[in-house]
Amino acid sequence: MKELLIGKLNWDALPHELFTIAGTLTIVLMGLVIAVVLTRTKRWKWLWNDWLTSVDPKKIGIMYFIAGGVMLVRGGLDALMIWLQQAMSSGDSHGYLSSDHFQQIFTAHGNIMVFFVAMAFVFGLINYIVPLQIGARDLASPLLNTLGFWLFVGGIIMVNMFFVFGGEYAATGWLAVAPLSGKEFSPGVGVDYWIWSLMISGIGTTFGAINFIMTILKMRAPGMTMMKMPLFTWGSLCSMVMAVSVFPLLTATLFLVYFDRVLGTHFFTTLGGGDPMLYTNLIWMWGHPEVYVLILPAFGVFSEVVSTFSRKAIASYKSAVFGMMGVSAFALSVWLHHFFTMGAGADVNGFFGVMTMVIAIPTSALVFNWIATMYKGRIRFDTPMLWFLGFIAIFAIGGITGVMLAVPPVDFQLHNSLFLVAHFHSTVIGGVLFGVFCALSYWFPKFTGFRLNERLGKYAFWCWIVGFCLSFGPMYVLGFMGASRRLDHYDSSTGWQPLFILMLIGGIVIAIGVALQLAQILASFIQKKKLRDTTGGDIWDGRSLEWSTPSPAPFYNFTVIPHVSTRDAYFEMKQHSIPKIVYEDIHMPKNTAVGIYISIFATLASFAFVWDIVWLIVASIIGIIVTFVIRAFDEHTDYILPADEVQKLEEAQAKKTSADDRASAHMANDTDDDMGLWELITIVVSFFLDIIRNKRWRKW
Amino acid sequence: MERSKNRLNPGWIGLIVAAGLASLVLLVAYLVQGKNIALFNPKGEIAQEQHSLMMFTVTVLFAVAIPTLSVAFFVAWKYRDTNTKTVRTTNARVTGGSHSKYLVLLFWLIPTSGIILIASTMWPATHRLAPQNSITSDSKPLQIQVISLRWKWLFIYPEQGIATVNFVQIPVNTPVQFEMTADETPMSSFWIPNLGGQLYTMTSHVNRLNLIADTAGDYPGSTPEINGAGFTGMKFTARADTQTNFDQWVQQVKESPNSLEIGTYEKLVEPSENNPVAFYSGFNSNIFDNVIMKYTGTSEGHMDH
Amino acid sequence: MVGAHELNHHEAESDERLAFGFWVYLMTDLLMFAVLFAVYAVLHGNTVGGESGRELFSLPLALTETIILLTSSFTVGIGMIAARQGKKSQVLLWFGITFVLGLAFLGLELREFYTLIQDGHTMQSNAFLSSFFVLLGSHAIHIIVGLMWVATILFYIKKRGLNSHMVRKLTLLSLFWHFLDIVWIFIFTLVYLGAFV
Repeated sequence: MKELLIGKLNWDALPHELFTIAGTLTIVLMGLVIAVVLTRTKRWKWLWNDWLTSVDPKKIGIMYFIAGGVMLVRGGLDALMIWLQQAMSSGDSHGYLSSDHFQQIFTAHGNIMVFFVAMAFVFGLINYIVPLQIGARDLASPLLNTLGFWLFVGGIIMVNMFFVFGGEYAATGWLAVAPLSGKEFSPGVGVDYWIWSLMISGIGTTFGAINFIMTILKMRAPGMTMMKMPLFTWGSLCSMVMAVSVFPLLTATLFLVYFDRVLGTHFFTTLGGGDPMLYTNLIWMWGHPEVYVLILPAFGVFSEVVSTFSRKAIASYKSAVFGMMGVSAFALSVWLHHFFTMGAGADVNGFFGVMTMVIAIPTSALVFNWIATMYKGRIRFDTPMLWFLGFIAIFAIGGITGVMLAVPPVDFQLHNSLFLVAHFHSTVIGGVLFGVFCALSYWFPKFTGFRLNERLGKYAFWCWIVGFCLSFGPMYVLGFMGASRRLDHYDSSTGWQPLFILMLIGGIVIAIGVALQLAQILASFIQKKKLRDTTGGDIWDGRSLEWSTPSPAPFYNFTVIPHVSTRDAYFEMKQHSIPKIVYEDIHMPKNTAVGIYISIFATLASFAFVWDIVWLIVASIIGIIVTFVIRAFDEHTDYILPADEVQKLEEAQAKKTSADDRASAHMANDTDDDMGLWELITIVVSFFLDIIRNKRWRKW
Repeated sequence: MERSKNRLNPGWIGLIVAAGLASLVLLVAYLVQGKNIALFNPKGEIAQEQHSLMMFTVTVLFAVAIPTLSVAFFVAWKYRDTNTKTVRTTNARVTGGSHSKYLVLLFWLIPTSGIILIASTMWPATHRLAPQNSITSDSKPLQIQVISLRWKWLFIYPEQGIATVNFVQIPVNTPVQFEMTADETPMSSFWIPNLGGQLYTMTSHVNRLNLIADTAGDYPGSTPEINGAGFTGMKFTARADTQTNFDQWVQQVKESPNSLEIGTYEKLVEPSENNPVAFYSGFNSNIFDNVIMKYTGTSEGHMDH
Repeated sequence: MVGAHELNHHEAESDERLAFGFWVYLMTDLLMFAVLFAVYAVLHGNTVGGESGRELFSLPLALTETIILLTSSFTVGIGMIAARQGKKSQVLLWFGITFVLGLAFLGLELREFYTLIQDGHTMQSNAFLSSFFVLLGSHAIHIIVGLMWVATILFYIKKRGLNSHMVRKLTLLSLFWHFLDIVWIFIFTLVYLGAFV
């Protein structure tokens, strides 16, 4: 009877260990703080109407950033725990974590960073910027957009749910290789949480990718042919074509793992005719293209930033486009390089090794392209350009070590060592993360109407560079010394400990860098009047269409969809006079809560799948179907914003803008006057002291 | 937005970064002196060849990357906006790409040549260094069967009639063929970095790895592939010594009180961590074949290619 | 106020977009089936001494199922012609027949599964049967979704009449149904016929 009602759930599943209690308390506390603030400021309705049910890709983009930022801290804390354990655990000391717990931490770290940080930031950027760049008002399907976002949130809930119910996450490594992930070797619910958090966020990603492809291919402004699109849009298109090709592979494979665990099938089991090697192939056929899904938008960002900040067009547009397409195409043909050591034979290994190396060719062509763009330009070294230079150096190391790993006999010595870990962190941090930071500092003024504090930005950048070198430089050496990855302990005779300690110091420096980035955002908000973009939306003298809108752009993006005739469309427009605006009716989608409702049901279903609660599985699936059908047959999902309304809104906004501009004009906009760290700390401390001294909490 | 007037000259920044990197390299070199940097410490022909291949690859890559990066940073420095003494392009307006077709061709030719060079070396080397290739040598090869268990390594010497746990001794200058499988253990990986690259050990498969040692010594072995909670402790020692000492050692082991019967083996299969080294004076000759049979229903196992 | 012309233009554009997006979705679904086909191809020989497809499959049954499904695609085609001509009762008739045919297909398939399971050939028996049941089961689940879709849309057409929104949805449904038919052809060829080669 009890099983029918609550499946495998029992009292033991509730938090009863230190880290599960701490995790649960943190989640509950965060929820409470948010709830209290919203109640006191009477903003529940605002939150629901303006943000949660919004289908505006700009709002959804910001929500992705916030979610990604929170998960960056969560994944970063995992990283600090790993660094600390490995620095301590030499010889007689076994550190402070048990082996099993340590293994859960690095598994969670990997999943969170890839799925809920990197993908989140990439999706946020594409959502916000691509429609603005191609002259569209929204994505092709606003419904799919909000649904994809909330499924992603469902994935975040599932990957953290184990703190509250179950107490364990997968301890298998981020891709849960078979047969380790099977019922025999991982009997607990950890791997089930792994399956379902990746399942729903993966489906959300697939929907998002379909949406982005539809948008880029079908909703460009008149006159914008494919070869006139901005390079960030190209990078996003290539990325999303790959995503839509490989995420279904992940979904199918996850189902098979689930069936093995719950239905007793024999896909990847050691007995019964199962083939674990099949899992390895399938998961990496998804896994490798996935990392290129992440890097291609970054390549697009860098192409645009280098061009804008060198005040020159990209050296060769065609080469850049074919470079990105080349990377995408080859990325689908290299997956076996993740398991050269599984014994495939020299012909197979050799083939995949060659294909892997070949990717270095279009990537290098891109690098040369960027260098040629800088050549004879007039380069401004604001923060975005700094991130680009950091990327060039670190990603180059990542690329070099990647080609080394592509040589099978060499890979036999480097596979699963810390050399490998250093390689992929060089490419993911140096490439994807720095690309995200570059993009965020480049487009922040577009999102908010004021720029970021340059001073703190530079401090943060240098912390990241120094921290990265300290924590991943020694890692390469450890790889050479024969140190494998994922070890929670090692003999003192190996001599590895000093290097691990150095890495921990590097990790702390990176943590300081992240703290500085958060401080940077805070300081920018505090000083926003001074940092205001008074140029009317074009703070960097940009070249692409997003800079032709005010900052932030109105919810309908463009008053009138522009006609485009060249690449660098806005740059070209600026050379001519602006035609007089003729207002027209604007067709906009209504907000909807369908995405939220379906995702709630999907998350409930996932939870029910993990705990074998059959009635809840059935009920949730019915819920999804019913919600979807109701929405599908709802014929009133759009509305028209009449032309005179648009005119009224714009005139009001123009008035406000010139008033704000006048107010800011008195403030010097010299980056020298950007708030420094000490000044920020003083402000924050005095803010809290003021609350305490004057007992302002009484008003609450 | 006005630029800051008290910026550090980028030239100085470059120097500080270079100095910082150099100090890091020196520090790390200091910290690891005297330790076993296994991949730079090859103790056998296979490891040596893999090392040479790695160095060749790195050299070609750096030959392309270092000039490229230098040019990148030089260009960035030279054309910074505060540099008033340089000629800049006048065609900032051109939106279709501002450079000659031949330059663009170079973007693609340079990396292509580098990759062709590496790939053409890599292909024959991959065939030569395939783990299942026997090593040509005058000495008669030594056969050792390996079974990965949770979480220890079982070594069976079919010819010598002995078995060991977490310890394997081999004579120098003798090719050793490891015939490897796993029992009730997820995928693991067999790795002695000083002697050569790793190879996975999996249930229902028999993988063959050929290694050879040219210097006597104790070499650490481990499993880089995670296979459960006890994987960190799944370490073993590979000792290479003279043929005479090897024969002596075999005799010693033959005098061990324990023998690896089926019952003892079943006990070993049960999960245990950080197993101490163990020696068995004999073994049940069906053990290895039984393991293969258990998973494949035949006595051959899936052979690697 | 938006002119009727602009609204139609807008609708035509978004119809085209929707259809294109649905094609992309169908491609992702096809990729999931591709994984299941690949898995079947790798594992279909792993019977661990049990019976193989040759012993377990009935070609006449599979042929019957194929003919039923092909016919249902044909009736969908006729239904779509009627839809474009605005003939509501014809649409209801032909999609109704499709529904019945789909139900018949499902019934036959479920009976095949039931017989196999009764004889002890379950998805837990070995890798061959696991991949067989999951491949065909996934197709069956898609058919069930298709049937629910047909039922729902017929219900709404009866209630609201056959307007352009409905025709748009019928187009997507017909794409989905034809897609399932094509996947079945692959199943028939690779699984059933393949077992006897």
